[in-house]
Amino acid sequence: MIELALISVLVMIGAALAVVFVRGLMAAVAAAAVVSLALSVLFAVLRAPDVALAEAAVGAGLSGVLLALTLRRVGLWPGSPSGDGDRE
Amino acid sequence: MKGYGRAVAATIFLIGLGTLLAALFAALPFGQAPMQVGQATAVVALPETGATNIVSAILLAYRGLDTLGEVTILFVAATAAGMVLSGAGRGEAQGAPAGFILRVASGLLFPFLLALGAFIVVHGHLTPGGGFQGGAILAAAFFIPLLANPASPLNHTVAMVIEGVSGAAFIAIGAAALFGGEAFLTPLFGTGTPGELFSAGSLPLLYLAVGLKVGSELAGLMARVAGEGGRA
Repeated sequence: MIELALISVLVMIGAALAVVFVRGLMAAVAAAAVVSLALSVLFAVLRAPDVALAEAAVGAGLSGVLLALTLRRVGLWPGSPSGDGDRE
Repeated sequence: MKGYGRAVAATIFLIGLGTLLAALFAALPFGQAPMQVGQATAVVALPETGATNIVSAILLAYRGLDTLGEVTILFVAATAAGMVLSGAGRGEAQGAPAGFILRVASGLLFPFLLALGAFIVVHGHLTPGGGFQGGAILAAAFFIPLLANPASPLNHTVAMVIEGVSGAAFIAIGAAALFGGEAFLTPLFGTGTPGELFSAGSLPLLYLAVGLKVGSELAGLMARVAGEGGRA
């Protein structure tokens, strides 16, 4: 159990660093979702399944889609004419 | 000079925040409840409400008024965000079409997400999860297709009607307890057999209302973010 908790914390820290340092915006959104997903694993390990479910649905699901929709709205979607989300 | 001052301010803020958090964590014993009310509720919740998920029993039976407040705050926030976004959202949805993987996966995921969201909402009083989590999954089911194809119509007039009706249903179920001489939001219909789908009185109905409300609210909000809101 403690190993799983440590692994999820390490994944969270790594993904949070990736959000800041990765080049593509879409990849940063995906990394932000990974932070929430690892956090929900940690909640499940700590025996809080309700909170884990909320974190997975809202943190990893909804906010990821919201950020991706925002990228699309402001024209930074990968491959759109005005922006280059994943290239560079 | 300005950047230097900002760095100093940020360092002081981080040190202060760290000290505060360290003091908090040093004072709290890890893994032990600092208050008695949690253990007391865990003992009485199942026989009193008939809900096997004690978190749901607390959210809907013991703290039903707080949940009503939470739903109201969500409603006000979504309304305010919708007003701001619909004023700015005159432009067409733009951007390149989504890739092959997103297009196919959004079609494949849609029925599974709907089923999962409905399951979590309906079984909120039995298993972990409930109206808020299931509603978020239902909303996600509706706008992953929106992400794949921004021109797909998501009628948020329907979403607003569902939201209003379910919000009113929550209050109506709460007010119905008043006719029996009980307090507002007292669970009705007895406890039933704990662990069965039709048990725990009116708690599943309340969670159904919360799930529909949260789902339609978030779906309508996301439709506005995606740029469909300008043509409401």
